[in-house]
Amino acid sequence: MTITPDAIVYWQLGPYAISATLVFTWVVMAILVLGSWLVTRKLTTGARVARGQLLLEIVVNAIRAQIREVVDEAPDRYLPFVGTLFLFIVTSNVLSVVPGFHPPTGSLSTTSALALCVFVAVPAFGIATHGAGAYFRTYLQPSPFMLPFNLLGEVTRTIALAIRLFGNMMSGTMIAAIALALAPLFFPVLMNVLGLLIGVIQAYIFSILALVFIAAATRAHDQTQAGAPNATGEANRG
Amino acid sequence: MDSIELIGMISIIMAGATVGIGAPITAIGEGWAVSRAMSALAQQPDAAPVISRSLFIGLAMIESSAIYCFVVSMVLIFANPFWNHFLGVAGG
Repeated sequence: MTITPDAIVYWQLGPYAISATLVFTWVVMAILVLGSWLVTRKLTTGARVARGQLLLEIVVNAIRAQIREVVDEAPDRYLPFVGTLFLFIVTSNVLSVVPGFHPPTGSLSTTSALALCVFVAVPAFGIATHGAGAYFRTYLQPSPFMLPFNLLGEVTRTIALAIRLFGNMMSGTMIAAIALALAPLFFPVLMNVLGLLIGVIQAYIFSILALVFIAAATRAHDQTQAGAPNATGEANRG
Repeated sequence: MDSIELIGMISIIMAGATVGIGAPITAIGEGWAVSRAMSALAQQPDAAPVISRSLFIGLAMIESSAIYCFVVSMVLIFANPFWNHFLGVAGG
């Protein structure tokens, strides 16, 4: 019983190991890219729409609606990053019911990489909105003594993001393996159904948390300047 | 008692204790959150999307502490660094 797909090594190319994590990450990416390419190759706007296009439109519209509910503004800025996170995580989590598939999100390397993307994206969105000086001044709010705690909060929430996804997916596969050893008939199916539910919820939570962090970074400035006459601030508040 | 036996024994006991102490306390916290969210839903059914989204986010935050406990106990059982070190010393 292995705790992480990092330990399953298919090929060893010198110092670089091609592990199951790497292979199945590429599998998920290939499924996403090929599926989207096949669907978006022939888009139509008529009354008759292909099934694949309908499916993608539903997915993208649902993600846009969720983003709009959280940030209260046009979702187009956040859609590429948050939507990609959600689609990648939900695909790899749902595919974990396929026999022989090791979900790449069950490895701490993948989840750390995703969390690091969020860690970089939060200041990037904040600086793009307010400029570097104004963004970094928010770390001194409400008083300069809070600077270490603000920085610590940035780091710990990134770690929490990574460990949460990893722990949930790892526990799902571990529980399935243990249930298979204890009660092989019918019971593992129930645990797999629970695993599917948890996988989708965790994908939702990961992307919503990323969005909440980004929204906090882009919005912080408006609240501190609430009293000042600020045209962009008024426009953003909506 | 040999050091490796001691490490194995303490690791297994602590793996059980980590989840055994960490999970129930987290469960109490999640129960509080869910019960409050349910009463808020009963009072304001119109605000259901906002309440359930905040509930999900909050539950995920709370649950991560239980997940930390689980990860620690899994590391103790399956990837214990001290156990591996002493196995290496005994074997080499």
